[in-house]
Amino acid sequence: MIYPALEVEGLVNRFGRQVVHDGLSMQVRADEVFGIVGGSGAGKSVLLRTILGLQRPVAGVVRIAGADITRMTEAQLRHIKARYGVTFQQGALYSGLTVLENVQLPMLEHLELEPAALEELAMLRLRLVGLPADSAWKYPAELSGGMVKRAALARALALDPGLLFLDEPTSGLDPVSAAAFDELVLYLQKQLRLTIVMITHDLDTIFRTCNRVGVIVDGRMESDTLERIVEHPHPWIQAYFHGERARARLGAAHGA
Amino acid sequence: MSVEVRRTGEDLELELTGEWVAERFAALESALASVDLAAAQQLSIGTRRLTALDLSGAWVLRRFVRRARAAGAAVRFLGTQPDQLRLLDETLKEEGLGAGGRSPAPAGPQPLAALGRIAVSAGRDLYGALAFGGRVSATLVASLPQPRRLRPISIARHVYDTGITAMPIVALIAFLISVIIAYMSARQLANLGADIYVVDLVTIGVLRELGVLLTSIIVAGRSGSAFAAELGSMRLNEEVDALTATAVDPFEVLVVPRVLGLVIALPLLTIIADLVGLTGGALLCRYLLDMPLTQYATRVEEAIAPTTFWVGVIKAPVFALLIGLAGCYRGLEVRGSARELGRLTTVAVVQAIFMVILADALFAVLFMELDI
Repeated sequence: MIYPALEVEGLVNRFGRQVVHDGLSMQVRADEVFGIVGGSGAGKSVLLRTILGLQRPVAGVVRIAGADITRMTEAQLRHIKARYGVTFQQGALYSGLTVLENVQLPMLEHLELEPAALEELAMLRLRLVGLPADSAWKYPAELSGGMVKRAALARALALDPGLLFLDEPTSGLDPVSAAAFDELVLYLQKQLRLTIVMITHDLDTIFRTCNRVGVIVDGRMESDTLERIVEHPHPWIQAYFHGERARARLGAAHGA
Repeated sequence: MSVEVRRTGEDLELELTGEWVAERFAALESALASVDLAAAQQLSIGTRRLTALDLSGAWVLRRFVRRARAAGAAVRFLGTQPDQLRLLDETLKEEGLGAGGRSPAPAGPQPLAALGRIAVSAGRDLYGALAFGGRVSATLVASLPQPRRLRPISIARHVYDTGITAMPIVALIAFLISVIIAYMSARQLANLGADIYVVDLVTIGVLRELGVLLTSIIVAGRSGSAFAAELGSMRLNEEVDALTATAVDPFEVLVVPRVLGLVIALPLLTIIADLVGLTGGALLCRYLLDMPLTQYATRVEEAIAPTTFWVGVIKAPVFALLIGLAGCYRGLEVRGSARELGRLTTVAVVQAIFMVILADALFAVLFMELDI
């Protein structure tokens, strides 16, 4: 398997006068779970859109599997895009297709499969993320929030990517479902040897799943291992990891 | 090559090489399909030269292993069995894939049942539309005593969106149509030496029928679809539910202002279409038939009865009501998916145009009976 690691260097993104990223750099190593944290409006979504090639940066380099995607044509990007999977915050399942068809769509576009294999491989993804078999023929509107997240994950895994982007994977889930989703992500990460980049606000998710964390502050990123980033002196990072909501969780993590 | 095959008597040895990944699925399948399993007692699979194996690759391999076992061969791996195969076995241990929970297979054609279903759904549709119209009327009547609840600002916005912005296209179409009628009829009437009646045809045609009908069809396409799409996406986005949950009646804030706005805008658009249509006729008569404009004006006055103009304009609010109701009704019917939104927007426009033409036919009969 090719192990794609992700590298961002000197990224600059501007909208008019508003500077979102001002020389942001980050590195994601193979086989790790990298969490991206930042305040609302800090540019997490813009960063993800830039990495996914949905948006070209003003300056800077984004390398996926060693190739700079900011300078690629659409045709070259197509090949890269088949190597990573993405789940969006609201799931972004195609509402006119069943769950099974949602998973099959990337396969139909990128692989040459006969119908029987297509169905079995798609069912395999659904089974892998823990969706019951009868959900395959349901439409996204008929799914619960947790099932939408799982179905989105199944679709992201359709092409066996080595790199997975998760945008707010546990937002909107109850704590029990969120914890179950964390375990699922960890299980898949280990079994499929995935490199995972996730944007999340959920402290529980960060402490449970992430090896390293990058915090976007002032248009740049401070990244380090979880143990060390919580000691970072930047006021926002202090407020985030040592605020009222975080204290209980952090205490539990240190006590363990 | 992804497989090297060595055969020694009853022993079959496969050496897997290269990348076994989803991208090369077709090649992997055909490579394994070409392996002849007949008479093989012992199958050894070597994985040491495998550089990559992902889930799809493992799935192809797993299916091959099962086929070999079914053919009676003992399978063993040289070196360790890949982790991916164990993951598949673990994931799939309960049952085969695709077996359970399949949606019921579609039955053969059942014409009688289909007819019944169509009849029932048509009946429900009619009921729903009537109930919708009733609810709009009830909301309107309830909010009449309090002008604030009629949302005058919202109505003004819809008059602007459906009326003012539609003026250029309505004027252009009215002009072109009147020119076409004048030109066609001039050619025919010239044979009879009755050129002067071109004016009658254009004037009566545009004022009584074409002005209002064409305007309504344009507005149905522009605004009927806009109503359906706007309300439909609000429905998908749960905005309609949000209104209801805050005890704001969506009929009062969404439907009534749209319908009223259209009822105000369409007669005004019709008057513009009438004016531009008559102008078009005048220009054509002037330059094609060399008829002085004063003569055209005199002829127009002779051709029209006092009622001719009003017979056309009076239909406009009715048509506006039909278009507005169809658009809003279908928009609020949207449930679940983007495809529904597209389908119901189409339905809204088609039904609006159909009802407008049907109503026009009924008006024609009515006016004939009234001898107007």
